[in-house]
Amino acid sequence: MKVDPDDELWSAIADPSRRRVLDLLVQRGEITASSLADLVPFTRQAVSKHLNVLEQAGLVSRRKQGREVLYQVDAVRLDEASRAMAEVAKQWDRRLGAIKRLAEAAHARATSSAPRRSQ
Amino acid sequence: MAATEYRIEREILIDAPVEVVWRTITEPDQITQWFADKVDLELEPGGHGYMGFGDQGGPVVVETVDPPNRFSFRWNHPAGEEPAAGNSLLVEFILAGQGEQTRLQVIESGLDLLAWSTADKQRYADEHNGGWAKFLDRLAALHAERPTP
Repeated sequence: MKVDPDDELWSAIADPSRRRVLDLLVQRGEITASSLADLVPFTRQAVSKHLNVLEQAGLVSRRKQGREVLYQVDAVRLDEASRAMAEVAKQWDRRLGAIKRLAEAAHARATSSAPRRSQ
Repeated sequence: MAATEYRIEREILIDAPVEVVWRTITEPDQITQWFADKVDLELEPGGHGYMGFGDQGGPVVVETVDPPNRFSFRWNHPAGEEPAAGNSLLVEFILAGQGEQTRLQVIESGLDLLAWSTADKQRYADEHNGGWAKFLDRLAALHAERPTP
């Protein structure tokens, strides 16, 4: 299967636990993996795994400060991810628009061929 | 923000009675005009069907049929598996008649986290990490493959 950078983005944001990690990173700014682990109901090991996936997708970056590693969100990449979600929403809008046209046309046909009875 | 599941909600107001809208979203020859090219659908809870998009496509399983107000199905589950919360996307249509008009809402969601215990969520996070991501990959591919009518 082709490796599409967008697929990686999708995978990264698809997992609810990772979305939680991402939410916290947005809220807290720079933070270490262990401080993050204190804020979520899953293990430190799981947090590290999520951070790795997010980092691979380019959604978070890390820097060393002394003995600590601090993680932070890449705003540009996150914006791309939310645009990908918005694209799916737009697609449903187009489908709903098509349903509206079809239903209204069917209704117009029905009312013109069989005029509505008054009560 | 508290985004804890994949969930998209959209709605539209339609100038047609709810029964007409119901037929538009549930009858296969209508569905082909706004959704898939090839539609095979057994319109009852648990009913199996197929939605084809060009040479892509896959099975769907109907979840709720409550005419003319609720219709839902699951899709994007892995081949050979029965769809359930956690391995598929749920598409729900909610119709509310308002006289000659209908408010139609669609919700596409991934995981029913509310129904899960903390232990379940933990297990999911630990074990099924790659699984869910694959469906979103497939969904993204599907969406990319098929720009809507």
